[in-house]
Amino acid sequence: MSARNRELLGLIPASLLVIAGFAAVFVQEHAVVAHASLTYGAIFLGLCLAVHFVIRLRLPDADPYLFPIVAVLASIGLVFIYRLDDTFARNQAQWFVIGLIFFSGTIVLLRDYRVLERYRYVIAAGSLLLLLLPRIPGIGAQANGAYLGIRLGSVTFQPAEFAKIGIIIFLASYLRDTRQLLVSRKVAGVTVPPLKHLAPLLLVWGLAMVLLVFIRDLGSSLMFFGGFLAMLYVATNRLVFPVVGFALFAAGAAFFANTVGHVKSRVQAWEHPFDPHLYGKIGGSYQLAQSLFAQADGGVWGQGFGQALVGSGGTTVLPAAKTDLIYAVIVNELGLVGAVGLLLVYLLLVERGLRIAILARDSFSKLLATGLTTVIALQVFVIVGGVTKVIPLTGVTLPFVSYGGSSIVANFVIIALLLLVSDRARREARS
Amino acid sequence: MNAPIVRVFGVVLALFALLTYFTARWTVIDRSSLQDNPQNKRALLAQAKIARGTIYAADGATLARSVRLADGTYTRRYPRHGLFAQALGYAYLIPGTSGLEQYYNGTLIGRSNGLENTLRRLQGKGGQGNDLRTSLDPAAQQVALQQLAGRPGAVVALDPRTGRIRVMASIPSYDPNALRTEKATSALNRASGAPLLNRNTQGLYPPGSTMKVVTSIAAIDTGTYTPNSVVNGKNGIEISGVPLNNDGNVDWGNIDLTTALTHSVNTVFAQVGERLGKARMQRYMDRLGFEKPVQVDLPLGQRYPSGTYCVRGGTLRLVEPTADCVDIGRVAIGQSKLLVTPLQMAMVAAAVANGGTLMTPYIATRAIDPDGRTVLSNEPKVFSHVMSRSTADQVTAMMQRVVQEGTGTAAALQGINVAGKTGTAEKGAPGSNITQPWFIAFAPADAPRIAIAVTIEKTIGGFGGTDAAPIAKAVMESLLQ
Repeated sequence: MSARNRELLGLIPASLLVIAGFAAVFVQEHAVVAHASLTYGAIFLGLCLAVHFVIRLRLPDADPYLFPIVAVLASIGLVFIYRLDDTFARNQAQWFVIGLIFFSGTIVLLRDYRVLERYRYVIAAGSLLLLLLPRIPGIGAQANGAYLGIRLGSVTFQPAEFAKIGIIIFLASYLRDTRQLLVSRKVAGVTVPPLKHLAPLLLVWGLAMVLLVFIRDLGSSLMFFGGFLAMLYVATNRLVFPVVGFALFAAGAAFFANTVGHVKSRVQAWEHPFDPHLYGKIGGSYQLAQSLFAQADGGVWGQGFGQALVGSGGTTVLPAAKTDLIYAVIVNELGLVGAVGLLLVYLLLVERGLRIAILARDSFSKLLATGLTTVIALQVFVIVGGVTKVIPLTGVTLPFVSYGGSSIVANFVIIALLLLVSDRARREARS
Repeated sequence: MNAPIVRVFGVVLALFALLTYFTARWTVIDRSSLQDNPQNKRALLAQAKIARGTIYAADGATLARSVRLADGTYTRRYPRHGLFAQALGYAYLIPGTSGLEQYYNGTLIGRSNGLENTLRRLQGKGGQGNDLRTSLDPAAQQVALQQLAGRPGAVVALDPRTGRIRVMASIPSYDPNALRTEKATSALNRASGAPLLNRNTQGLYPPGSTMKVVTSIAAIDTGTYTPNSVVNGKNGIEISGVPLNNDGNVDWGNIDLTTALTHSVNTVFAQVGERLGKARMQRYMDRLGFEKPVQVDLPLGQRYPSGTYCVRGGTLRLVEPTADCVDIGRVAIGQSKLLVTPLQMAMVAAAVANGGTLMTPYIATRAIDPDGRTVLSNEPKVFSHVMSRSTADQVTAMMQRVVQEGTGTAAALQGINVAGKTGTAEKGAPGSNITQPWFIAFAPADAPRIAIAVTIEKTIGGFGGTDAAPIAKAVMESLLQ
């Protein structure tokens, strides 16, 4: 069977999931099995089919599983957001459509993604600017102590979501040029790169630290820097780089955890979520404690669709249930089993992404695919790890599932880039 | 470059394994400790979305019901206000639950019928719990509260044949509707006189001479004495090396056990207790339910054990009656280190009333689901066979004499034989004249339908016969109508 036909078949389970999910929510909320769930499923399938034909026309050899996997994740997101708040679900559906447009646009307009290399410094500068936008007075918006969003009219938009793509493109291109040079010098058997080439890398570390202080967001910082280390490792095949890099990051993070108030309170909440003082404090551990309580109620099999208690009589039990804590809602309703299933879907996505990196012929493509994939993987780790108390909780989205326009659009662009790399790699591999 | 890519996947696998482990930790490993965390209000909040079942009195009157609020949650209303406050308890988000509301929480919110609740929701009916029917009698309860007339104390009455509780009055009381607000709740918690305390099951008091019924049971049932056995009732006999006085320092001389009970002669029963010894006294106390949290369908934390208490390590602790610190002669007359709950003393009366077989007390008789089916049925249950029927008959005859011509004449009912025993525990410093009057009884003596215990915490110079017996009389009258 051709790759595209496999992709087509793969969309069927995603659509069934939408139908079943909405049917379950309708039963819970309105006590009726409405045919609207079928309508939503049909619209969802129709949209996915349209995009499928774009892929079929433009990228006939691209990986057949990536798009259906994303469709499954997006359908889980839509169902859960609908179950929590139907107005937000309508917005999210609109963002889903806009994401698909950006996805198709990237595929159609970017005929050869390698032209991106030519503009790497423009892209890098643009990304840095995007990252710092939220700190510009007037358009920047602070949420929960972090500067993540900017407001353009009525739309809030999170530039970091797009900046991450730009920075990965820049790093992939930069590391392709310097990977040989980085490992060219050895001192006493240890690879020590020349300072000239090391400086830009230290700059990236510095950038991660600036992110921590300026944007005050530990999660994004970890995501960027982790993606960077993975690319550096793949580029050089020297373990010393990620090890030293991680040590530097850990040292920096530990330093700022004790000095920057916002980071500090996140770390304290993570260490002692049930401390009565932290629990009662604004910006304290209430959210994390409630996340754990909600997960405990889920157990192995979950309480079932629509059963999670999110708020009662005006009090919010699960703050930011649609965004930060959507994983806790999923664990509550679908249990450990459902959560592991969701993590497996992400793992499948990562596996496909890294397979593309392996299949790709040239270094830039390999590094680009590795970078884009690890950033998604790390984003899942940062938010799920935060919600499950593996690491301090910071507000990043669960890719394709959490409510958030910028996130879904940016992640669709990432998938489009991966498919572009994949199409080329598989075509070359075949010939 | 492919080998490091594979290793990167390995790292991602490890990270995801960590996520899975932590998810499993919260959902499985640490599940119950998280659910029991006092900061975790999820269960209570979830319950607010369920209409708790109605609690009914024996006559069908509504004692507690749920009302739907504008936000779709439910809250509790107690239409009879403080009438059965401590027995019913309350169920609100902030103070939580207590009393029957707590003990039958799972039944009242319909926890058992999860599937049926889902089906009901499909029919648009919303979550609904089971109704609870009780044996409580509002009219008699009203009489008990009026008779206590604001004096701190307790009245508990039950049917000795079944163990069903009819009256459970405790003063001071409170209106459970007030617990809806946090402010009123904390005020009640600080209120003097501890109105939240169910004195019937949580009040630990010296029983005074009502304990002589227990001693009589042990004396006759072991065959050591008969009602006609003669014992010297001289005033000032040494018990455990300390002279013991009779009420009014009366020298009774040689009298039989019936006469001694009729006039509540301390020295006779103290000698009986000493002769029976600690082990035999313990056997009968145990059969009557002493030494264990008093038996009734209320939460464990709201039921205290009656028995001998000694100071151990600076605090008063329950000890076995065989312990060295126990003066069994004085325990036999309800003094020394004996502390009892009013319900325990009602059980003593009930055991005699029911021919020696003690039934386990209970309040809730049935739970009925929203479709009218019985989902829980509390049948009468034997707690223990305390004594032989002949012992019970002989003790009944002795207790009838108390009401006919002894200390308990104030409890006599027109046309109905009452068997009873007074008690007047001395409190405070000797000679301070502060007493705790008691009366335990059952009626009709030949075919008992009601057993009762009454106590008033504190009077100045009051007696069981003058202060407690009239209350018992009024309540029994109401119940036997």
